[in-house]
Amino acid sequence: MAPVSLLVVLLVLSTAAYYVGRRKAFAIAGRAEGAVKLHSRPIYHGALTALWCAIPALIIFGFWLVFEAQIITQLVVKDLPASVRSLPPDRLSLVINDIRNLESGSFVSQTANPAMQMAADHYRRLRAISHNALAVITIAFMAAAAVFVRSRIAIGLRARNHVEGILTVVLVACSTIAIFTTIGIILSVLYEAIRFFKVIPVTDFLFGLDWSPQMAIRADQVGSSGAFGAVPVFLGTVLISAIAMLVAVPIGLMSAIYLSEYAGKRLRAVAKPLIEVLAGIPTVVYGFFAALTVAPVIRDWGSLLGLNVASESALAAGLVMGIMIIPFVSSLSDDFINAVPQSLRDGAYSLGATQSETIRRVIVPAAIPGIIGGVLLAVSRAIGETMIVVMAAGLSANLTINPLKAVTTVTVQIVTLLVGDQEFDSPKTLAAFALGLILFIVTLCLNIVALYIVRKYREQYE
Amino acid sequence: MNNATNASAAPVARRTIDIVNRSLKRRYRAERRFRFYGFSAIVLSMVFLALLFVNIVGKGYSAFWQTSIRLPIFFDPEVLKRDTLVTADYAALVRESLFKKFPQVEGRQDKRLLTSLVSSGSVYRLRDMVLKDPDLVGKTVEVWLPADDDIDMLIKGYFRRDLPESERRVSDKQIAWIERLEAEGRLETRFNTTFLTAGDSREPELAGIWGAVSGSFFTLMITLALSFPIGVATAVYLEEFAKKSRWTDLIEVNINNLAAVPSIVFGLLGLAIFLNFFGLPRSAPLVGGLVLTLMTLPTIIIASRSALTAVPPSIREAALGVGASKMQMVVHHVLPLALPGMLTGTIIGMARALGESAPLLMIGMVAFIVDIPKGFTDPATVLPVQIYLWADSPERAFVERTSAAIMVLLAFLAAMNAAAIILRKRFERRW
Repeated sequence: MAPVSLLVVLLVLSTAAYYVGRRKAFAIAGRAEGAVKLHSRPIYHGALTALWCAIPALIIFGFWLVFEAQIITQLVVKDLPASVRSLPPDRLSLVINDIRNLESGSFVSQTANPAMQMAADHYRRLRAISHNALAVITIAFMAAAAVFVRSRIAIGLRARNHVEGILTVVLVACSTIAIFTTIGIILSVLYEAIRFFKVIPVTDFLFGLDWSPQMAIRADQVGSSGAFGAVPVFLGTVLISAIAMLVAVPIGLMSAIYLSEYAGKRLRAVAKPLIEVLAGIPTVVYGFFAALTVAPVIRDWGSLLGLNVASESALAAGLVMGIMIIPFVSSLSDDFINAVPQSLRDGAYSLGATQSETIRRVIVPAAIPGIIGGVLLAVSRAIGETMIVVMAAGLSANLTINPLKAVTTVTVQIVTLLVGDQEFDSPKTLAAFALGLILFIVTLCLNIVALYIVRKYREQYE
Repeated sequence: MNNATNASAAPVARRTIDIVNRSLKRRYRAERRFRFYGFSAIVLSMVFLALLFVNIVGKGYSAFWQTSIRLPIFFDPEVLKRDTLVTADYAALVRESLFKKFPQVEGRQDKRLLTSLVSSGSVYRLRDMVLKDPDLVGKTVEVWLPADDDIDMLIKGYFRRDLPESERRVSDKQIAWIERLEAEGRLETRFNTTFLTAGDSREPELAGIWGAVSGSFFTLMITLALSFPIGVATAVYLEEFAKKSRWTDLIEVNINNLAAVPSIVFGLLGLAIFLNFFGLPRSAPLVGGLVLTLMTLPTIIIASRSALTAVPPSIREAALGVGASKMQMVVHHVLPLALPGMLTGTIIGMARALGESAPLLMIGMVAFIVDIPKGFTDPATVLPVQIYLWADSPERAFVERTSAAIMVLLAFLAAMNAAAIILRKRFERRW
């Protein structure tokens, strides 16, 4: 039975268990003729039965599917001819991949020999056995649980308390997923990054000036060792983010000021959502816009002025990224400007200040911590932004701060290193995780600082 | 005291008012300038937005039409043998028909140019026709076949005809043939159903978005099925049950940070954990959905929590007062009132997940996939990644298809956001 249909069966059976439990409760209550009341209402007896059926079965189901592939693979490998089994691990994994592809009926990289075909059949057989066993085990478990809980249903059974206890455990379990996600990110990135730093020293990575991660296949080729000095990559990221912030901060801040201080109700009602639309557009759309429209325009204007502009200039990517970030800056600044108490404005006006003087001398200074926090959040967004730079920025790592040249960024490198062939024993693939680690740490620090500033600021006026 | 200062300051006061009056002009100018900056910042954002839309729509609308050529096809029994209908050489039928139409064309090169007028994908259309109705064999039928993408671009005016021949992708001879076909009424631009119903293809005139749309659908189903219950449960626990402690602080800090972690980092997590550790299949909507779940969870949790805090405490107190347990109070009274807000947050989270592509690149959803995915573990791609792939393709015809795919994506996003707004307007309650 396929896992998906088994899942449906499990859910149907749990629903059935609910009715079984409820009927039993009704039956007991009926027999007691109302002389003694059930402790809980019958629906709780039903729910208790259903939960006891569903939860253990679902846990078994999940674990089974997680470990199934590995166990079957090992069983299949054990039965392969000795010549295949003695292959080095990376070749062996290719063979296993072929077997899996053969089994699922998709393309194969080499013509299938009888041994492979047999292995694939073996794989398919084992998987069928495994799925059937899973079906039998889970359904048996459910039946046993249903019978057991049903036999325990009695007048005094505190079914509601049990159900609520189980639900509370489920709620707690759900809330820990955020923690597990963070742990998962740190562990996965850190583990591969440490493997990378075993090959390439940390100092070379952080302070090296040369980045060319393409490893040659033959040892005698030029640049065969690959160079992993990430400074040009970091500098490119900083350059593009700086251009983006130069666009986003003035426009975002000024539009927030205008909307909250000058604009009438109607302009505000129209303009604010329209600016928010800029934040809702997928980044891949901005990337397309940057690569196919903005970059050629900038190059043409540059050549009119006699400048030599690269077709994947940092300027185009940064400019479009800045447009994307405008709403982040403006909506956060808007919040903070509105949070400045009216009394400060009234005080400034009563001293004869004009509106712009009030804004510049009183409101903005009062809101500046919050605005800085918002800008920091926007910077972290710019650093982590991927699609725009993948589509509009370059691949080659140039050590330059000339915005008309092509530069590359951390996220571009992660994507180019990981899309396509991955070998988890070459520094080339692992370098992506080292870059990911740096990216995660930097954005995490920015976020923590920004959130701290923002919270401090909010407390100030509350 | 007061009098004394007034008396001594009298001449100074007059000077102050002078200073003020003199500076007034400058200050009002500064005021107007400041106002102008603010207004132009807003205008600038609007202009960017308008440019983006005009650009996309202007490039993309033409992709919904496709040039077709009507040819009399003779379903030659010599070519179509009874038992080899599937593998027969349908291209020969098209070739024959074209050669009959233009008998004066000679020489291999010219013949190749002539056959390249019609898309190489027309063979599938003819095959499907014959397989559906085997009686066609031996008859001559007028059939509309898709034109090659270069011809399509020429007809739509993206290739200029007045350039010298060497700088054009379409030769003079081809233009002459096209003009003759046009004069005979055998050339037409018709609504491009292929674009909406086909999977990906290397040939622009055969490429469609349906594969990517179904991939997006399966991915979002997984995301919705996981992130909504988990997000709501987390929000309920944090708002209604948990006492403030180190533990809940830790959870909150984690949620806030995850909300700001770059999406590509979630891709690295998916690659290392779901693919390498758990051995889940590459390019599958299942894995994409899991990654996007982790990514959208913070959004949903934060929205759900604010929906819960908006429910007034009096509701809770009333429920507890008539003897409900805490769980009953939450499930029967608080959740139904908070549900519209939670759903709004979920729809917005889903819209963001629909537009997300960076983490999906990491888990192999960038593969070139022709088949339309049928389930959660079939190799698939999603709409934004399809846009990314097409944007990289060199053919001119893919530019309009990319823009058209963007239009479809934006339409989906607009619909989802509109649903969220309607939901909010409809069910928003002021207490």
